[in-house]
Amino acid sequence: MFDFLEDYDLLEAFWMTVKLTVFAGIGSLVWGTLLAAMRVSPVPVMRWFGTAYVNIVRNIPLTVIIVFSSLGLADVFGMTMGAADDVDTMTFRLSVLGLGAYTAAFVCEAVRSGINTVPVGQAEAARALGLSFSQVLGLIVLPQAFRSVIGPLTNVLIALTKNTTVAAAIGVAEAALLMREMLENEAQLFLIAAIFAFGFVVLTLPTGLILGWLGKRLAVKR
Amino acid sequence: MTSVLYDAPGPRAKRRNVLLSVLFLALLLLGFWWAWSAMSDKGQLDWAKWEPWLADSESWTTYLLPGLANTLKAAGLAMVIALPLGALFGIARLSDHRWVRIPAAVVVEFFRAIPVLILMVFANQFYSDSTDISVDDRPMYAVVTGLVLYNASVLAEIVRAGILSLPKGQTEAAKAIGLRKGQTMTSVLLPQSVTAMLPALVSQLVVIVKDTALGGAMLSFAELLSSRKTAASYYASVIPSFIIVAVIFIVLNLLITGLASWLERRMRRSKKSTGAVVGPEALENLETIGPKTIRMDHGENTGGGFGGGTA
Repeated sequence: MFDFLEDYDLLEAFWMTVKLTVFAGIGSLVWGTLLAAMRVSPVPVMRWFGTAYVNIVRNIPLTVIIVFSSLGLADVFGMTMGAADDVDTMTFRLSVLGLGAYTAAFVCEAVRSGINTVPVGQAEAARALGLSFSQVLGLIVLPQAFRSVIGPLTNVLIALTKNTTVAAAIGVAEAALLMREMLENEAQLFLIAAIFAFGFVVLTLPTGLILGWLGKRLAVKR
Repeated sequence: MTSVLYDAPGPRAKRRNVLLSVLFLALLLLGFWWAWSAMSDKGQLDWAKWEPWLADSESWTTYLLPGLANTLKAAGLAMVIALPLGALFGIARLSDHRWVRIPAAVVVEFFRAIPVLILMVFANQFYSDSTDISVDDRPMYAVVTGLVLYNASVLAEIVRAGILSLPKGQTEAAKAIGLRKGQTMTSVLLPQSVTAMLPALVSQLVVIVKDTALGGAMLSFAELLSSRKTAASYYASVIPSFIIVAVIFIVLNLLITGLASWLERRMRRSKKSTGAVVGPEALENLETIGPKTIRMDHGENTGGGFGGGTA
């Protein structure tokens, strides 16, 4: 019954999913935090840019962004991400770029809502000590904010894991693409679907449980 | 404007802010200039590439509007089918009987854990194997099925959160006047929770609209994104077509988001609602949604709690 699996490299495909998730996750965390810092900063232009970015990017389908990064960025703008000759590497990097840019908008909103949970007194006390904006943000507010948004960030990470399937639209050899290929060649519809469903449950369920537990432990008790 | 994070600026801070503004603007302009020159190098700024979209109605009537209609049709159908299903599962998850509660929870959590694209690809193959739906209709059926399976489970969670957000006294009062469980649910809890969760339901539409694009890229469903592809190869205009399609999606989704937050504001204001309003971001905080936290959130409305997050 499972004989046909020998012809396909399932682990390779899911490993690609994991790689996409990890790289895009790190990228979106950095860029999303920067965006959140911009959105609460005293400089109006930065606040304006952060708001515009979040509202625009959140409302474009991820599929459009990923397809654009292949047909627009790579073909027209010539952004080959340092791998012009190697199509697989290039589409992988472009997917990470697209996924990161899209997810950052959601990370930004999560971090910003975390900043809102920090009591005013914390920032006031920090300012009374003479700390500057970046010191208040970096030393006092953001550490507390991050501890309270582990839950929402976990949901963003899980959504990102599922969203990596969209990279199949530009031919990145990850789980969804392999599933479509297997369905075309084999007559084991339910078995194949169950295998891939199981794969994603295995990827997302432990993430949710572990990080959810961590979030409860680390949240600042008030 | 003052905030928690900084005081009203003094002379030095004012000077620094101006400097930062100028630097940041310069950076933005640099990026913009790079994009602009890259586009003009490739001839993407030629009027010939924009003319079909901006000055010609044919591109809209032949490509974009039918695509948009398909997008809206799939999203609307998915919403209409997923809503009752979601309500059913949401209520089932709150059942007193373990044999109802646990299967419902398993189904909901299962479909929430699987990517929509996987569900769509599965549905597409399933329809081609075991039904005689024509090849032309199949992508639409597959997209709607995938969207329904995923979004019904998300809507189930919204319904659950909405019912849980009601004050406990509502159930107690219903019990006190002798209503049965079913009556309590249908005539006391559900009507109230519908108003509470309406904003979250509406904003789920944004997610559905965005996910229809998956069908265009992977299943040759003739929605907005894939009609862009056909039109772009006809007019040989890549970047303008992407910009136009992105703008359509943004405007459409901003309208939906606007409707959701307008509803939310209206419901917070109206005296009739008893519980809290389950805002668009309620799902992200579902772990923390219990009757207790919700009421706390309700009290802190002015502080911009969970629900009001969408700017």
